[in-house]
Amino acid sequence: MERPFVEINNVAMRYGGVEGTLALQNATLSVGKGEFIAVVGPSGCGKSTLMKLVTGLWPATAGTLLVAGQEVDGPLSIAGMAFQNPTLLPWRNIIDNVMLPLEVVEPHRRQLRAQRAMYEAKAQDLLRLVGLGGFDKKFPHELSGGMQQRASLCRALIHEPALLMLDEPFAALDIFTREDLWAVLQDVWMARKPTVILVTHDLREAAYLADRVLVMSSRPGRIIAERVVDLPRPRTLETTFKPEFVSMVHDLREHISAARKGEEVVHGH
Amino acid sequence: MATESTLHPVGDATMSPEAMRRLMALAVAQRRRRRLQAWLPWLVIIGMFVIWEIGVRAFNVQQFVLPAPSAIAESMVKWWVPLLDNSWQTLMTTLIGFFLAVIFGLLLGVAIGSSSLLYHGLYPLLIGFNSVPKVAVVPILVIWFGIGTVPAVITAFMISFFPIVVNVATGIATVEPELRDVLRALGARPSDIIRKVGLPRAMPYFFASLKIAITVAFVGSIIAETVAANKGIGHLMILASSRFDVPLVFAGLIVTAVMGVAMYVAAVAIENRTTGWAMRGQNDQQVTVPGV
Repeated sequence: MERPFVEINNVAMRYGGVEGTLALQNATLSVGKGEFIAVVGPSGCGKSTLMKLVTGLWPATAGTLLVAGQEVDGPLSIAGMAFQNPTLLPWRNIIDNVMLPLEVVEPHRRQLRAQRAMYEAKAQDLLRLVGLGGFDKKFPHELSGGMQQRASLCRALIHEPALLMLDEPFAALDIFTREDLWAVLQDVWMARKPTVILVTHDLREAAYLADRVLVMSSRPGRIIAERVVDLPRPRTLETTFKPEFVSMVHDLREHISAARKGEEVVHGH
Repeated sequence: MATESTLHPVGDATMSPEAMRRLMALAVAQRRRRRLQAWLPWLVIIGMFVIWEIGVRAFNVQQFVLPAPSAIAESMVKWWVPLLDNSWQTLMTTLIGFFLAVIFGLLLGVAIGSSSLLYHGLYPLLIGFNSVPKVAVVPILVIWFGIGTVPAVITAFMISFFPIVVNVATGIATVEPELRDVLRALGARPSDIIRKVGLPRAMPYFFASLKIAITVAFVGSIIAETVAANKGIGHLMILASSRFDVPLVFAGLIVTAVMGVAMYVAAVAIENRTTGWAMRGQNDQQVTVPGV
């Protein structure tokens, strides 16, 4: 078996010095190349912290972190990110927003001016893939929340990142929009096969999208369970009503409940 | 996105006559309201002068206490050459000071907004600097530069500098952390983040501050002119008051107000043209595209 793309070994993260809050403890996980994993857990369990560490935005206080066989010691330009808020730039239209990473990441940065047409075509393809064809010249405020989030996904993908980090990207959307975007994300992933780490608190979302679901305990976050989702792809909304899916979600739910009880015990004394 | 077909544009053929009529009535009411909004400032200004005139006549107020608008207008006609001459001087003085403030304010605002070290280091000094009454500084400027245009330019600069710095710094410092993370995760340099996000984001703040800065710049130059100048609308007013020519003093005040409003309107026009994206949904009804 080839080496995992992301390797996290006994990583810990503590905020605010020696006496600070321990957000993450003994986190160990590995993600294979092209694998889609989801991290679920009760709120405040350090899921987002994990994201920040993997992308190199923050240094870990202990443990080792390897991405593509290299120690992470600063921001990775091979990562694309999307958050709960679309965080589009309101003064740029959709296509310019989507192309923002190209103005920053090498080697695109150098080639952008000379090969603008090629890159623009690429962005248009991506917009069509997520169902935003024809909206390229609109401004973010002219689009609904769901459409903005689609554009945000495009921005995360435009520079063809090997690693896609999604931090509760659909949490602010209504359930129907969210389910639409699950299918969109699945299509994108199946077409391009990036390695994806999805952080979410929606267990159905995790089970629908991921190859593997990791459950984290409440703070300080540790990984307490792991479930492989071996449902065939492409998964559809129908899949979510199948007994295997329902029992999978149920099982995850119980792990989360256990994790949250643990939190109450900690608060007890 | 299937919901797009349910969008009814205005005046759809399927609408009932009743609905059509109601839509028309709404449009008419909206137009009337907009027309009223455009005329209202003029009505208010004219109304103020009318009430002023009536009040002065009714209570028989002495001219050297409060001249009637008609007396002020008369004085304006009589002294129009010196008024024009001196207000031109004040306008130029103010604009030079203001543009210096824009240049240095932008530079310092960007520096302070993008570095918390600079922010913490410089902010107390800036606050202290801003708290000093500018009228107290004018005599010092006179010692350094002599009586004339230079102290007025510097006073206008000093007084309009601060709001620009604070606003630009705020705009840059309050970039959403997530947005910063998106760029940092891509390996963006700090200068990239300032150029692509910080500066454009600070622009609405910057233009908002220009509206304040241009009006206070007039305050600065006129203060300096009343203390130490041989030209300018402030100087004219001091001369007029020493001769108890109160209508001329008021004429100077009104000319100043007109210049202030004109500059303010210019700043607003620039603001609307350059940062319209930040103003959406305030004046016009926002059009949202239905569907996901």
